Amino acid sequence: MNLQISQHQINETHELHLSGEVDAYTAPKLKEVMLPLTEKEGSVVVVDLSGIDYMDSTGLGVFVGALKSSKANNSSLKLRGMTDRVKRIFEITGLTEVMDIESGVKGEAL
Amino acid sequence: MRTASDYIEMNVPAKPDYVGVVRLTISGLANRMGFAFDEIEDIKIAVSEAVTNVVNHAYDEDQEKGQVRVGCNIFDDRIEITVVDQGKSFDVESISKNLGPVDGKSVDQLNEGGLGLFLIDTLMDKVEISSEAGVVVMMTKYLHRDEVEEHVDRVSPAPSQ
Repeated sequence: MNLQISQHQINETHELHLSGEVDAYTAPKLKEVMLPLTEKEGSVVVVDLSGIDYMDSTGLGVFVGALKSSKANNSSLKLRGMTDRVKRIFEITGLTEVMDIESGVKGEAL
Repeated sequence: MRTASDYIEMNVPAKPDYVGVVRLTISGLANRMGFAFDEIEDIKIAVSEAVTNVVNHAYDEDQEKGQVRVGCNIFDDRIEITVVDQGKSFDVESISKNLGPVDGKSVDQLNEGGLGLFLIDTLMDKVEISSEAGVVVMMTKYLHRDEVEEHVDRVSPAPSQ
């Protein structure tokens, strides 16, 4: 019942690697780390979700917030490495239409 | 397990800390009942959404946080999960009008909340919400859906206490 976030930066690109669970308890931590990154103009925020084994709408809300912030601040947000379970709730809620989601091969952790 | 239901109830503080505890417990029950992996994951999300709604909305900010009660009726063919709070009720009609996926909305129109009830509705087989005194969300998931048509319109009242 926890969330681990590791960060890696190369120039303007910020990589976040998440593992664990994103729910009402852990979502504030994710928001705290991710949102400021999307507020820097020109930054590219890449979030690797391959280690996430549970996510609910609280987590979706954090990504919606980050997406809005990236549009407002001219940064970009990319998601990758989703497991089928996580991908499913993005699909059900229609968020796959608006999010930049890299499909297929799981992202390699840097 | 017999046709007569077994009943399990949990009372936890309405705090984010306990959402995962409820989720894991329900997951254990669903697993014991023989639900498939994907169905268990659906139930976990739906229960977490209902409990999270209570944590986020049921009690005023300045008020001491209340409790959330989660009851599970276990039948041969289904699990019925009831999530109850004693906080502010909300206008169910106006909320359900706004339920839905984000189809066709621009990024600006997206709401950071609001997807929870939609997910419950999508992931469970039957969902009932009442908001007379506090909010009661009752959701049902069937084992082997195709074989249980005769039970579909049977309604059990939410347990009262």
